[in-house]
Amino acid sequence: MASHVHTQNAHGAHGEHEHNPNLQHHFYSMDQQLEASTLGMWVFLVTEIMFFGGLFMAYIVYRTMYPDAWMSGSQQLNVPLGAMNTAVLIVSSLTMALAVRAAMVGNRRGQIRNLILTILLGTTFLVVKYFEYKSKFDHHLVPGDHFVAPAGLETMAPQLQIFMSLYFVMTGVHAAHMVVGIVLMSVILFMAWRGRFGPQYYTPVEVSGLYWHFVDIVWIFLFPLLYLLGFHLGGAAH
Amino acid sequence: MAMTSGARPDSYLGAPYGLAAWLLTKDHKRIAILYLISITIFFAVGGLFAIGVRSELMTPKGDLLSADMYNKLFTLHGVVMIFFFLIPSIPATLGNFLIPIMIGAKDLAFPRINLLSWYIYVVGALVTLVAVFAGGVDTGWTFYTPYSSISSTTAVTWAAVGVFITGFSSILTGLNFIVTVHRMRAPGMTWFRLPLFVWSHYATSLVMILGTPVIAITVLLVAAERSLNLGIFDPARGGDPVLFQHLFWFYSHPAVYIMILPGMGVISELVAAISRKQVFGYAFVAFSSLAIAIIGFLVWGHHLFVSSQSIYAGLVFSIITMLVAVPSAVKTFNWTATMYKGSVTWESPTYFVVGFMGLFVIGGLTGLFLGTIGLDVHLSDTYFVVAHFHYIMVGGAIMAYMGGLHFWWPKMTGRMFNDVWARASAIMIFVGFNLTFFPQFVLGYLGMPRRYHAYPEEFQVLNVLSTAGASILGLAYLLPMVYFTISIFKGAPAPANPWGAKGLEWEVPSPPPTFNFDEEPVVTEPAYNYKPGREVTVG
Amino acid sequence: MSTSHPVPAHSTFFLVFAALLVGTGLTVLVAKYDLDAMFHVTWLNTAIALTIAIIKATLVIVYFMGVRWNTPLTKVVVLAGFFWLLILFGLTMNDYLTRGWLGVLGR
Repeated sequence: MASHVHTQNAHGAHGEHEHNPNLQHHFYSMDQQLEASTLGMWVFLVTEIMFFGGLFMAYIVYRTMYPDAWMSGSQQLNVPLGAMNTAVLIVSSLTMALAVRAAMVGNRRGQIRNLILTILLGTTFLVVKYFEYKSKFDHHLVPGDHFVAPAGLETMAPQLQIFMSLYFVMTGVHAAHMVVGIVLMSVILFMAWRGRFGPQYYTPVEVSGLYWHFVDIVWIFLFPLLYLLGFHLGGAAH
Repeated sequence: MAMTSGARPDSYLGAPYGLAAWLLTKDHKRIAILYLISITIFFAVGGLFAIGVRSELMTPKGDLLSADMYNKLFTLHGVVMIFFFLIPSIPATLGNFLIPIMIGAKDLAFPRINLLSWYIYVVGALVTLVAVFAGGVDTGWTFYTPYSSISSTTAVTWAAVGVFITGFSSILTGLNFIVTVHRMRAPGMTWFRLPLFVWSHYATSLVMILGTPVIAITVLLVAAERSLNLGIFDPARGGDPVLFQHLFWFYSHPAVYIMILPGMGVISELVAAISRKQVFGYAFVAFSSLAIAIIGFLVWGHHLFVSSQSIYAGLVFSIITMLVAVPSAVKTFNWTATMYKGSVTWESPTYFVVGFMGLFVIGGLTGLFLGTIGLDVHLSDTYFVVAHFHYIMVGGAIMAYMGGLHFWWPKMTGRMFNDVWARASAIMIFVGFNLTFFPQFVLGYLGMPRRYHAYPEEFQVLNVLSTAGASILGLAYLLPMVYFTISIFKGAPAPANPWGAKGLEWEVPSPPPTFNFDEEPVVTEPAYNYKPGREVTVG
Repeated sequence: MSTSHPVPAHSTFFLVFAALLVGTGLTVLVAKYDLDAMFHVTWLNTAIALTIAIIKATLVIVYFMGVRWNTPLTKVVVLAGFFWLLILFGLTMNDYLTRGWLGVLGR
């Protein structure tokens, strides 16, 4: 395969190589940079789908094996707090989408406002999570040596521990992703405050937004599968 | 780095100068060299563990090492060789170096992520080294629960975290390659003009992206269970060890395709160059790479035939395992057809290609033996399995890696190496390899279990042959380290195209300048256009 | 030089947002009732909850994440990710759900 090294920017409609200071040298246009970055983030999110997927696989297998323990375990979770956290994340996804939009049109105030809101909402989620976890500790529902099955459920104590293990790992890994997301958004907020983004260049906002929405989507599945499973049997609301 | 490149002072090796310029580089070629040095170090580390294993196995009694020490040695041999040598080897060295040049780009899509992937590899490797010194790991590289998650008293958590971290190096490499191949091809470089090396790395990257995260979460669960007493795989609490095996092998089977697909890409390039011919059935070889990657995700249960996996599931996995051999066979036939009536010249890359072909066929066919449930009941966990996978991973993948190193060494370093020594080392590797591993097929068939440090008297002769072979193999691998190092200081300056091969990488100087091309290439010809005339078009 | 990506209207985002909240409320509401017992099946509550969750996730992906306006390649990547998850689930459950099918003891 011979190449014929021509002097030409042979990329059809794009004409001259751009000189936007945000264009990295190995890309030939801002569009290519944005598209490559978006594709790259989606490929990364596919790895996240498979990462959480392993946990969902464990959930499915054990739920099939221990349906009663799964029902009872679910009843130990706090549905009002879980539902509220779901709503918090949905609002944060709205504010995130609005922040990206603000960057696309160069609205600096809008970016700052929506990014701050997103960060606040994410932090709210984590604070609520902290109280949920604390409650589990207080009620001896943490698997391991200090686990005490709730009254009447002693025979399924072992399998309840597996449910609680998955609860902690799944929501814990999710919470870790939220922390990363909040740190990421803080960096984006700083850059937005410095006026770095506009119609020519908003790639970091878009790409970080994708990550944020994905973390929201994981929660959209975690909430019904963990919290609502035994809701019709009454919640213990720990 | 004071090593002088034989060619241009403005090549990627020369400027910018200094340690910081290398450790903070964004140049894919420099990152490839960083990886080359790192994986070579770990190849040696893994080899040291193998020396321990084979030394013990010279005598039937467990007299050299305790059983526990032996367990640690074969575990660490596996962990190091797989995660720190084989999986990164070709993609992170040859892939990183060549893919941008082969597609006519200045760099990969995400140069800083490329550098990050190397640092992640280094951190993961260091964490795993902590495990080595903190008491070792004795679970086998497969980390089966509940032994790994509960009973083992060795440094399992360190090793699990080390593997977890290193997995992200693999993920980021794959991500980079996928986006690069989709978005950074030069004008005229259509998919069906791509070198087959690029096709195989693209397929490899699909596997890296889709599989690695699952082992990441799985080893994380083992580490969490060990440190937090969680109980996810604890049978006493209702945990299922077979669930671990499903999750582990969901990645670890496709992982073997991460190890062989890049090697197949190398072989495609070498076969075309040494035969001076278009690869026979280019499109079939390209699609076979994708087929191997995809079908490879559907067969993992063949590692669970002798677990409590349902027989029905075993049948399904067995049938699909037969299917996955087909695209590999297609490639092998096509490479052979390429060489048939080609103008084959016998330099060192040719030796490695021929060695690969024979050993890969043996390794692949014995995989079919193991994929047959009835046979697997007898052969599982015996030396037959050990021989099978070493034929593919060492006889196949490492042969291909060596062939690729020799083929592209002049391009990467700007120096020619001594081809007489190279051919000698290829022969010595081939002889040493077969002497090491062929007896292991017989041993497995006769019933010698794997992972045992003592065995019945009647197996000693074969074991001694195997250890003798391993000694030859170990020495044979030292040879290239010597003549390659000498070439850097004393080798003749390499021309741009020492082999007379086709490909964009042969049209830039040896070694290439930092940004690869002075001007963006425009591609107007098919791959391997040794005889201009017909272009492959598909669809 | 402006990019070729359309700027979504505010109303698009607020409509999707409303749908997401409604979906969440619906999921919680339905979960209060033991539909499995009412219809003598084992899967109805879960099926409804998952269906609503999938619709919500799709809305987030298509509108909030902008996949609606992305290249076909991006769309393929998204679909491939979820499809691969189904491979993991499907082939693993192919083991668990077929234990004992062939009458071999313990398998």
